Amino acid sequence: MDVEGSSVKGYHPLDKYLRTDRLPHIWCPGCGLGINLGSIMRAIDRRVREGSLKRENIVFVTGIGCSARTSFYVNFDAAHTLHGRAVAFATGAKLAKPGLEMIIIGGDGDIAGIGGNHLIHAAKRNMDLIVVMITNFVYAMTGGQMAPTTPRGLYTTTTPYGNPEPPLNAVKLISSLNPNYVARASVTHPPLIEQFMYRALGMKGFRFIEVLSTCPEIFGRHIGLRDPVTLYNTLRSKVVVKQNPNVEESELDWEKGFVLGEYIMRDNPSYLEILGRR
Amino acid sequence: MRRVFISGNTAIAEGAIAAGMRFYAGYPITPASDIMEYLAEKLPEVGGVMMQFEDEIASINAVVGASWAGVKSMTATSGPGFSLMVEALGLAIITETPLVVVNVMRAGPSTGVPTKSSQSDVLQVRNGPHGDYVIPVLAPWSVQEAFDMTVKAFNISESLRTPVVLLSDSVIAHLWEAAILREPGEIEVVNRKKPTVPPDEYLPYRPDDDLIPPMACFGEGYNVIVESLTHDERGYYKQDVNTYRRLVNRLCNKILNRIDQVFDVEGYYINDSKYIVVSYGSTARAALAAVRALRNSGVKAGLLRLKTLWPLKVGVIREYCRHADKVFVAENNVGKVVYDIERIVKNGEVLSLPLLNLDVPTPDDIVEGIREWM
Ligand code: SF4
Repeated sequence: MDVEGSSVKGYHPLDKYLRTDRLPHIWCPGCGLGINLGSIMRAIDRRVREGSLKRENIVFVTGIGCSARTSFYVNFDAAHTLHGRAVAFATGAKLAKPGLEMIIIGGDGDIAGIGGNHLIHAAKRNMDLIVVMITNFVYAMTGGQMAPTTPRGLYTTTTPYGNPEPPLNAVKLISSLNPNYVARASVTHPPLIEQFMYRALGMKGFRFIEVLSTCPEIFGRHIGLRDPVTLYNTLRSKVVVKQNPNVEESELDWEKGFVLGEYIMRDNPSYLEILGRR
Repeated sequence: MRRVFISGNTAIAEGAIAAGMRFYAGYPITPASDIMEYLAEKLPEVGGVMMQFEDEIASINAVVGASWAGVKSMTATSGPGFSLMVEALGLAIITETPLVVVNVMRAGPSTGVPTKSSQSDVLQVRNGPHGDYVIPVLAPWSVQEAFDMTVKAFNISESLRTPVVLLSDSVIAHLWEAAILREPGEIEVVNRKKPTVPPDEYLPYRPDDDLIPPMACFGEGYNVIVESLTHDERGYYKQDVNTYRRLVNRLCNKILNRIDQVFDVEGYYINDSKYIVVSYGSTARAALAAVRALRNSGVKAGLLRLKTLWPLKVGVIREYCRHADKVFVAENNVGKVVYDIERIVKNGEVLSLPLLNLDVPTPDDIVEGIREWM
């Protein structure tokens, strides 16, 4: 559908942060990615309105995948780069121009699968970046293959005998390194995404937010919850919110459920501070 | 201006600083590492950053990111690292990101012989990434030229908004020679074109008449889009054939239309030569000595040295070789640029001299090869 010069413009207070001429977005009905984007925009809006963040300094960097398409729709500086390389790209930009606020958004395959090495080293450096990793438990854009977070035993297009691997707990992995902030949110609780993003925007160093999301189209089909509302409600029933949860509680287990909350919050010297470039 | 006695790798580092490079990212690899080590010390002195990354993939992606943050950026590596960089080189091409990649060649395939020389990557550096494009490739043959060509590589990358490969080799890397280093006021330093329109009229991939789009960078208020997908002038993904053709043709033609800015050769004893040796990089040093030895024994031989390995200007090379009976292509590999010369030279016979020497090929190797076919 051609929506150039769409009449949608001016319809929503956050439209000023969106490229409304690129709407409607490509995400499937019932997908959690729009909820995530909306929550992040609200956090940015609060920071911009209170004057602690300059709009022109925000840069969205994404790799490849459904989540990575977020950079299509934001009306900031944006880079839709290579699969897995958003963290590396953003590190270069931040070092070159320290005033930028680099926001990386990607799926778990993009960020922790193909991009895992960059993720680990950015966290080890306490590099001044915000990474939002959308965990939807599957490779969605490529049509339903096993992802780093896919539950063990699940049948996907590449695990016709059931996934033999345990899911990757990125919260625990990143917490073992040197980040200043690690949190887990879920699209079933949009205010948490907003709150964690708002917090991260006010901090320095490496900030990692995992957002559990619903992919009814692919993951829902694999797990037998194809209806978006049912999948959403199922995920909702599996999460609990905790104040200052312990990393030992962070297990990523679709059967046992998920603990949301702020796992790590500290003020270690960031990479740019250590280089004297802030 | 300073007269110094330095290595080829140091000359590349100095050339980059003189050209305005202020961000370097890299991963250790022989025989390129001393470029990074030198810059680790020097760049902070001029307000720049040298960053050692977890691998070559991160290094070149960071270089692309830094260039979009408005800073001239570079990485250097050797064959195995270049292989890892090929993907992001494609990203730099389609996003029209100015940057310089130095490939200090060593022997391959695979890990090969890390400490020894070769010219076996000449086709990879121009054809590595998938898709259609033109990447300028420059090949120095001396320490002085390592400095001068690094400056030229940055100037091409900035003015044509393209990645440029500086193709050195292990011999040039660790060769020490006297060289003259010039300061920015003494050399031409080109910077990328900036937009002249206000942000709401700016389209990040709308070219001027020269096919080059002015480049706004992060943090300048232009809401730029860096897009790895095939895109229109706004940077929006499009999958129709017209957008695709327009983009790919422009990516190629913006460079081919200004080939005179990129392409350069040098001839020795060409006018009366029956035999012309075509060579480049460190091998051309041996080729020149071979040509002189042949002349001393009465053979009319000349040298055509390619300073640019891609794109080649067909008419110029053809003209240089027009009166030669035989054209020999001397290169330190199994014979690669010879395919281009065979395509270009119409009058004389073209013969390959594949030297495959881990050290500098000797003039005798070349003289013998020529005498065999004379
Ligand atoms: S495939 Fe899944 S993740 Fe991708 S847009 Fe559709 S619902 Fe969302």
